Amino acid sequence: MTSVSRALPWLLLAVLFALLPKVLTSNTAITMLSMMSIMIVFALSYNMLLGQTGLLSFGHAVYYGLAGFLAIHAMNYIVRNKLGIPLPFVPIIGGIGGLFFAFVFGWVSTKRAGTVFSMISLGLGELVAASSLILRGFFGGEEGITANRTKLPSFFGYKFGPQIEVYYLIAIWAFICIVLMYALTRTPFGRMCNAVRENPERAEFVGYSTQRVRFIAFCLSGFFAGVAGALAAINFEIMNAQSVGAAQSGSVLLMTYAGGAGYFFGPIIGAIIITYLQITLSDVTGAWMLYFGLLFILVVMFSPGGIAGWIMLHAPAARAGQLGRLAPSYALASIPMALSLFGAIMIIETAHHQLVKAASDGPAMHFFGLALNSNSVLTWAMAVGLFAAGVIGLRLVWPRISDAWGAVSLARPKGA
Amino acid sequence: MLELITFSTLNGVLYGMLLFMMASGLTLIFSMMGVLNFAHASFYMIGAYFGFEISRHIGFWPGFFIAPILVGVIGAIVERYGLRQVHKYGHVPELLFTFGLAFVIEEVVQMFWGKLPVDYRVPPSLDFVAFRLFDTTYPAYRMFMLVTAIAMFVFLLAILTRTRVGLIIQASLTHPNMVAMLGHDVPKIFMLVFGVGAALAGLAGVIAGPALVTQPAMAGLLGPILFVVIVVGGLGSLTGAFVASILIGLVQTFAVAINASLTDLFGPTIGASLGDLGNVTVAQIAPVIPYVLLVLILIFRPTGLFGTRES
Repeated sequence: MTSVSRALPWLLLAVLFALLPKVLTSNTAITMLSMMSIMIVFALSYNMLLGQTGLLSFGHAVYYGLAGFLAIHAMNYIVRNKLGIPLPFVPIIGGIGGLFFAFVFGWVSTKRAGTVFSMISLGLGELVAASSLILRGFFGGEEGITANRTKLPSFFGYKFGPQIEVYYLIAIWAFICIVLMYALTRTPFGRMCNAVRENPERAEFVGYSTQRVRFIAFCLSGFFAGVAGALAAINFEIMNAQSVGAAQSGSVLLMTYAGGAGYFFGPIIGAIIITYLQITLSDVTGAWMLYFGLLFILVVMFSPGGIAGWIMLHAPAARAGQLGRLAPSYALASIPMALSLFGAIMIIETAHHQLVKAASDGPAMHFFGLALNSNSVLTWAMAVGLFAAGVIGLRLVWPRISDAWGAVSLARPKGA
Repeated sequence: MLELITFSTLNGVLYGMLLFMMASGLTLIFSMMGVLNFAHASFYMIGAYFGFEISRHIGFWPGFFIAPILVGVIGAIVERYGLRQVHKYGHVPELLFTFGLAFVIEEVVQMFWGKLPVDYRVPPSLDFVAFRLFDTTYPAYRMFMLVTAIAMFVFLLAILTRTRVGLIIQASLTHPNMVAMLGHDVPKIFMLVFGVGAALAGLAGVIAGPALVTQPAMAGLLGPILFVVIVVGGLGSLTGAFVASILIGLVQTFAVAINASLTDLFGPTIGASLGDLGNVTVAQIAPVIPYVLLVLILIFRPTGLFGTRES
């Protein structure tokens, strides 16, 4: 590969970061883009553990949240003592904070791999979450700690009042972090992480301490999670105990896993989609948390490689120019897929309306513009019928997809 | 003081036995299938809500028997149609499957019964004072919980060590392939153990529901403690799970009863220099203690108290 074609994706990414707010100019869009950029950094830092080193952590929000709190305190300290540190350097403080906490906690937890590591991470996560309610001075109790980013010294005239200026601050940091984390996967150390993930015993025989590799990976991951946390602190100007909690840890796990832990760009996709859903779904339906749980289970059961894994499944076929052979069967499968999805959503929404809202608002409900009655047999029969028809349809179409795949793999030797 | 010690010991043992009802199933499932079941505490919660719903319609006692069976059936279905599908992808997807499941169960429970605690009451037949000691009364229902937990413990021990099924289960813990070679249906044994483990957790929920609070957060509050129990006890060790359950039950109950802080201990000058830490009472840090214990155990004895293997 030439250096130009290697630099191309990064150039594209930079252009995308720079131009997206010119296209999506509304305030909500820019807020969402800022949030997505932060979550991309957070999810990628998580994937340094899950995808690259094979460490499943249930307490990654600890480093994100604690660093966020440090950043908030740092901002307040800078304002109080009139220090000359402008806002764009605050994420470095967050990163170092994340590194520090990952160093302390990682020393304990990376002694073990596998399930025990997961349990320790869960325990440490609970420990910090429980402490956050006790140590009110640092965590600010229920209401959290606030800061005012515009009070910091200006940076080349920018005061970072408007969201668009904050977006560019976040975007530049996110771009730097993405490049750094990608570069890290290309270093010998990144390769050692993969070796430790794949076969710890052989990694030991080659002469590496798996424990040390895990520890270093953990610390670096903590650094980038810390940067993400500080960016969040800058973005929201508030940090509360929820940001170190189990829900935040679960959310980054969902992003990374649904996006695809096996590929570098997987968590980026996951962070974008899940953040979008988190922000929009909560307005549309009261059962949005349920959808996240179901989405997670579906990904684990049917596409353990996540979205990125599913996309990359097609890479060999695309190289051989065979994607056209798959298209008809995919198009056919999309019909029962859409049916079953529509039916499933209808079941959930009707059930949610009937169980939660019907007592106060009555059984009349709106569903994609349809006026339905959640208490009538007809609605339920329709929902269940659509879902069942979709599932049966999928089962009927499935052999066609595998036939199409069979044709593709047969054709590949000729193409290559 | 003696009063405090007596009642804290009783309550601690009771809480410990409750923990053990769940931890025993969890550790059995783990040592057999290698799956740490995140949804185990969710089965406890389902048990409590089923018990509540049944007690509302036909009374507490039918619920006491029916609810755990229903939960066990749900557990078996989850194993058969969920976990077994994911099994081929490895342990991490299995763990994540149960993680997602716990999430879904909590949401579904909230949909059916709301976010607020439900009014699951002690049955009138058990609503009296068991005994009076140093002017403090002890409710009969708590004694009933203790007896149920001990009966279940004896029952489990008898099945595992005295019956043929128990022998096969013990054998498939260590030599699943050999057991399959001998003509036993190992997947079916897995399903059975998973179902029974879920049913035990459900039973714990049915009896704990009226004494503690039946609310959607109860699974999330208890789940991490269960993991602490089985890691501290040693993964896969039933004895360890028992000792660790009682230990954590006692430690947490005693901690809640002690209302002293570092300031009380060292005087106000040193206490003030510690800031927030100085004013925190032992009772306040009670929720944190199990996790501190977990970290300490992992530093000084990585296999847990009675464990023989590292993972």
